[in-house]
Amino acid sequence: MNIYVFVKRVPDTESKIRVNPETNLIVEEGLNFVLNPYDEYAVEEAIRLREAKGGKVTVLSVGIEEALVVLKKCLAMGADEAVLVNDTTAETYDGLRTAKIIAQALKKKFPDYSLILFGKQSVGVDNAQIPAMVAEFLGLPQVNVVTRLEIEGNKGIAHREIEGALEKVSFSMPVVISAQKGLNEPRYETLKGIMMAKRKEIPVYSLQELGLDEKDIVPQLEIIKMESPPPRKAGRKIEKEPAGAAKELAEFLHQEAKVI
Amino acid sequence: MILVFIEIREGNIKKSSLEALSEGKRRADEMATEVAGVLIGHNLESLSSYIFHYGASKVYLLENSLLSHYSPEGFAQALFSLVEEAKPEIIFFSATSMGKDLAPRLAAKLGVSLASDCTHTATREGKLEVVRPIFAGKAFLILSFNSCPQMASLRPNVFPLIDPLDKKGEVIRKDVVVAEDQIKAQVIEVLREEGAELDVTEAEIVISGGRGMKGPENFDLLRDLISLLSHSAVGASRSAVDAGWIDHQHQVGQTGKTVSPNLYLAFGISGAIQHLAGMASSKCIVAVNKDPEAPVFKVADFGVVGDLFQVIPYLKEELKKLK
Repeated sequence: MNIYVFVKRVPDTESKIRVNPETNLIVEEGLNFVLNPYDEYAVEEAIRLREAKGGKVTVLSVGIEEALVVLKKCLAMGADEAVLVNDTTAETYDGLRTAKIIAQALKKKFPDYSLILFGKQSVGVDNAQIPAMVAEFLGLPQVNVVTRLEIEGNKGIAHREIEGALEKVSFSMPVVISAQKGLNEPRYETLKGIMMAKRKEIPVYSLQELGLDEKDIVPQLEIIKMESPPPRKAGRKIEKEPAGAAKELAEFLHQEAKVI
Repeated sequence: MILVFIEIREGNIKKSSLEALSEGKRRADEMATEVAGVLIGHNLESLSSYIFHYGASKVYLLENSLLSHYSPEGFAQALFSLVEEAKPEIIFFSATSMGKDLAPRLAAKLGVSLASDCTHTATREGKLEVVRPIFAGKAFLILSFNSCPQMASLRPNVFPLIDPLDKKGEVIRKDVVVAEDQIKAQVIEVLREEGAELDVTEAEIVISGGRGMKGPENFDLLRDLISLLSHSAVGASRSAVDAGWIDHQHQVGQTGKTVSPNLYLAFGISGAIQHLAGMASSKCIVAVNKDPEAPVFKVADFGVVGDLFQVIPYLKEELKKLK
């Protein structure tokens, strides 16, 4: 089974995000970048499937050369190959653009896919669009926000998380799956894995090499402005015996905030 | 025309779809155009009156027995045919599980971009402008569209419902052509636990516990509280979920769910930045924590410095009095 996993480099979730109002971009200086947390579940699932059924796991990232670090991490976890699609354009927040690049990379260079895995969204852009868009461009079925995946031959069953329930979805391969927390427990890189990842060469493709013309992937979302959220003011803070505190809290909720 | 996708779950229209319809009505009035709802499935007519009450002047019913269960491929194909014919300027979805699955599939079919999970919409010179949080609310983007139709999904629980109108409109039935082999992924069963709680994204009140809850059994204290409050749900911080005390479906924060209830009550949650991001858009925030320096107090409208195990029993009595 040929498994392709798309991964992204994102600021870790403990990061404070600062906005540069001149460029409408976030200030990257001082941020700690990591492999997108949801992508870890996707990579882990791919490795487990290969271990159980054989095949090859290739991880790909679309982005700047700094993304090589997260690709190395995936190799150290146990992926067989890694590829960078070098897109030097600053973050556009336009899912359609990235989905077009990914679909084209698969069509042009890796048409032997049977399973295409993503994290359910990148923490940051928070679009949760790309897996469904790639599935549409390639004419494949999709199952998003998956917490359980079983594949047998060229068919499978996935559990997809919805509001307060799970949908049991049957699908045929090839398929696009996006991973949710709960799918598995991602492994740590081993020392041996890290050493092997260091030596491994990562091919880099430009958008031109994929046959993409910049005019076909112009973002259609226009960023008018990026802003920091309005600061939230701290309200009242009380410190008194539990019975009195509970009474005052209930009064606040009922009479002032009128939420109960 | 503004087209709004109306989601049906277990035979009922989702409230968040009516929120999207209400927002569509507000924008349509500004643009001097009309809003239409679209339902997909089987035997839908009885639901259309609701749609008119929330501002639609037309309801499209896309019916086919192959669409009685949700499939992104089948539903996207049905919507695509309608959009090609009706040519709406704007399409709204609610950013529910189904909306987040379906909207990008349709957007790719139409070759247009999509703004996900928006928290504000407006019109400027006849064009749509939206606000969407990024980094789970640590920053915001204000966006407009260079493509048509302009597509956006709207976050549930954010947009107010309009007062129901006493009006009727036109029901337009469309036969949808979907071939069986076009649907390669299909829901075969919905697994819902007996007595399953409301999802945190849909609740009006979320009561969350963190590391201060000390163990899984103490989440029953929070379940007790929500049993006293309607439309409420139990949430949790990442550390409580990672400790295995509660399922990750309940997790609020940057690797969990983003919520905007009327009331967010945080018990024993210190307020890590990734957690605050997921709940900072709540209308009212209350925190109970032993540590007076806990960062959660910086965003709380009302903070109680104290032991949650001592406060909760008294709070329960107070809530009973209010019933």
